[in-house]
Amino acid sequence: MRIVPLIISAVATAGLVAVLNMQLPSGATKTPRLGYFLSPQHGFWQNAEPVTIDFPEAIRVSGVKNMVDVFFDERLVPHVYAESNADAYFIQGYIHAKFRLWQMEFQTHIAGGRLSEILGDSSSLVVDKYFRRLGMVYGAEKSLKEIESNPQTREACDSYTAGVNAYIKSLKQNQVPFEYKLLDYSPELWTNLKTALFLKLMSYDLTGGTDDLKYTNTKNYFGYDDFMKLFPNVQDTLDPIIPRGTVFEKPAIDVKTPVNLDSVYFNRKDSFASTPPIMPNKSNGSNNWAVAGSKTKSGRPILCNDPHLGLRFPSIWFEMQITTPEYSTYGASFPGSPAIVIGFNDSCAWGVTNAGRDVKDYYEIKFKDSTMQEYWFENSWKQSEFRQEIIKVKGKPDITERIAMTVFGPVMYDKTYGGASKDGKYYAVRWKAQDASNEINTFYKLNRAKNYLDYVEAISTYQCPGQNFVFASKSGDIAIRQQGSFSARWKQQGDFVMPGFDSTYMWQGPIPVKENPQMTNPERGFVSSANQQSVDATYPYYLGRAGNFPPYRGFIINRKLAAMNNITPDDMKLLQTDNYNVFAEICKPVLLKYLDETKLTAEEKRYLDIFKSWNLRNDANEKGATVFQTFWDSIEMQTWGDEYSKMKLPAIWPDESSLIESFINDSAYKFADDINTPNKKETIADVVLAAYQKAAKQLAKMEKTNKLEWYKVKDTYVAHPTKLPSLGRYHLNTGGGAHAINATKSDHGPSWRMVVQLTDKIEAYCVYPGGQSGNPGSRYYDTFIDTWAAGRYYSIIFAKKQEARKDDRMKWHISFVNG
Amino acid sequence: MKFIIAIILTALLSFAVGLFQFFPWWSFVVCALIVSVAIPQKPWKGFVTGFVALFILWIVLACIIDIPNEHILSKKVAQIIPLGGSYILLIIVTGIVGGLVGGLGALTGSYIRQK
Repeated sequence: MRIVPLIISAVATAGLVAVLNMQLPSGATKTPRLGYFLSPQHGFWQNAEPVTIDFPEAIRVSGVKNMVDVFFDERLVPHVYAESNADAYFIQGYIHAKFRLWQMEFQTHIAGGRLSEILGDSSSLVVDKYFRRLGMVYGAEKSLKEIESNPQTREACDSYTAGVNAYIKSLKQNQVPFEYKLLDYSPELWTNLKTALFLKLMSYDLTGGTDDLKYTNTKNYFGYDDFMKLFPNVQDTLDPIIPRGTVFEKPAIDVKTPVNLDSVYFNRKDSFASTPPIMPNKSNGSNNWAVAGSKTKSGRPILCNDPHLGLRFPSIWFEMQITTPEYSTYGASFPGSPAIVIGFNDSCAWGVTNAGRDVKDYYEIKFKDSTMQEYWFENSWKQSEFRQEIIKVKGKPDITERIAMTVFGPVMYDKTYGGASKDGKYYAVRWKAQDASNEINTFYKLNRAKNYLDYVEAISTYQCPGQNFVFASKSGDIAIRQQGSFSARWKQQGDFVMPGFDSTYMWQGPIPVKENPQMTNPERGFVSSANQQSVDATYPYYLGRAGNFPPYRGFIINRKLAAMNNITPDDMKLLQTDNYNVFAEICKPVLLKYLDETKLTAEEKRYLDIFKSWNLRNDANEKGATVFQTFWDSIEMQTWGDEYSKMKLPAIWPDESSLIESFINDSAYKFADDINTPNKKETIADVVLAAYQKAAKQLAKMEKTNKLEWYKVKDTYVAHPTKLPSLGRYHLNTGGGAHAINATKSDHGPSWRMVVQLTDKIEAYCVYPGGQSGNPGSRYYDTFIDTWAAGRYYSIIFAKKQEARKDDRMKWHISFVNG
Repeated sequence: MKFIIAIILTALLSFAVGLFQFFPWWSFVVCALIVSVAIPQKPWKGFVTGFVALFILWIVLACIIDIPNEHILSKKVAQIIPLGGSYILLIIVTGIVGGLVGGLGALTGSYIRQK
């Protein structure tokens, strides 16, 4: 034995293995354990599926009671045929996990404030603290009790969880999804709480964006009167979901407005310095509509829905059919939750858009001292309770958030939560999603609904996030209802931070369900919603800031539907993917009126000619759309940039409708003046000219790099949560825009397009920007992207079991048997 | 001949041990070492034996997976690693990593038998 070389060699071997077996720092992140990751028998290679994927004919799994047949069609959409509810949800859980396990767990790690456990970096800790302090886990725990106290939803969730776990337990280590290997952790077992957490994350995505803190800063900076000029609660273009002129019943709740509004509400001073680490996209909205048989060629209703959400891999949706002897349903499901969320069954179809109502408010809490033991409420000191949130951090000690709980909710911002308020104040957050609720129950019942009354019953208990539920049935009914648990607000309640010592500022209500805006079988032959305000000002309750409700998509949808007759599903596909920019239609004459063309150079005029001859469509190759958007952005900056550049705190900018309607209605618009030129008073014409000249310069630059086509500027992409470019799809050639019915923007847009015609044999079409498999190593990872980008659809196979057996579009068949 | 047998034996044993998922990915290092002890060779030859065995084994295994996958995943990983999206480079890197570890394991084994 040669000792010295032996030792050197042994140490070198151990050293190399050790280095290849650890995560090495790489910029802000870490590499995978390279030896493990590259090992063909353990690492990522194991996730590379053959393109001619095959499934076993039978899978033995402990937990199913009877045999469950699952047919996968050529798009990898599973059609599940089970004998019982328990078996159906068990298999739904199993299949969700089989194709989307990493996504399911990652989403609930975000929701539950547990990202630090797997990432362990500073930015994940910021997100974790934020969601813990907001009360996500607190709310999910309460909802879990509610879900589990209902025998039906309990069975659904228990079965679903058992199915997910049956799959996780069947996994060999080398079969864990790709991302676990990349980020180096392992899946843990699923629980019903994770389902509840996921649904709270959806609530956050759809109701978390009401930004009272930024509004408060902005109001303080401008003063109340100017603020109201910039943020009016009126939109001239508004065509509400429930048509103007509808008479509302006398309200059951007599909303009491506090008497001291001016002193303790409108004129209070706060200065918020921090902004949330994750903010829902302001455009999280959607379109839905149903047309009655009187307007269709078939004489039967057609229902359409396209929810607009962040575009990402894997998609938030997973398409499937669930059939039991009791019912048969098809549509988009959430990996992480049982049931179909948007879809149809043998008798009817339903869809949702976001209601956008304000259900999240902040209250300033006055504590006796920094121990936060007692706070001033209704003229006495009230005892706080405390909630501990323990955050585990990968490779570091745990962090405990000790959160004071008040009658309003958790004190989100205190002195331990850095930099929230410059003046050291405490703020509690009251958010509807902190309450117990059972949304699964609504989807459970909608999946089985036979008629209009079942639909009304199904949605009547639905609380948060408030949605516009559209409905259509084979029997010919169409309906829409804005459903959620909404507090009965006085005008402007919750626009800004409210005082937390006075009970008159607390939520009143909730508004009785029967008073929620609704409409059934209207004479005009259609119902629709697109996140606009649901009612006009005669509705007895306040909805929240108008800025939360974009008016333009709703306006154009209603105009188009009113003019259409003999409608076919193909017409509906064209409408859903329509790129007409109605906002530009409104702006174009106004901007041209104010723009003094004689002051433009020949070069500048060239772009104006493109704008003038533009067909007002945001189609992929339109250059006019680029000119308009650049011009418009420049006008906003020219009008308000001088004011906002002086503001030192996080602020919110007014909406487009505010600017264009001011230009139309107020030729002496105050904010046209540039406050940096005290000796000169600029007019709207000055603003428009200067803005145009700046825009022309920008356009010239774009043209030089050959980037004047709208799709290149909008640059739509679908990214993976890791932001790794190779796991996403970038630079998609597709049209659309914020105010087009096809609301496709850069990383946001129609996340599921569905058209359902309720003929005896249902005729349905759908598409979503993603693929059924969440595995980047599968050919089914991004299968639908190009079809979606081109505005095309897939024809849905909604088959009975015997039909599925014979249908040659069914490519695979798995029988799940107990074992 | 000894050289060839040692390579084949190392590769086969390494493959076999990799079938057991409860062993860590680097378990083959023990196989390379044992073969190197059982079939003594000069240290440099021992290293080459271990290297070649694992280099070939990992490349063959990677290719068996990568070809039916039509390089879908390897092209993506070759941008993460980063290798300019080249799946061929990724396969070679995979082989080198396996080879180096196997080679060092075998080298250590050959020193045990060296006088």
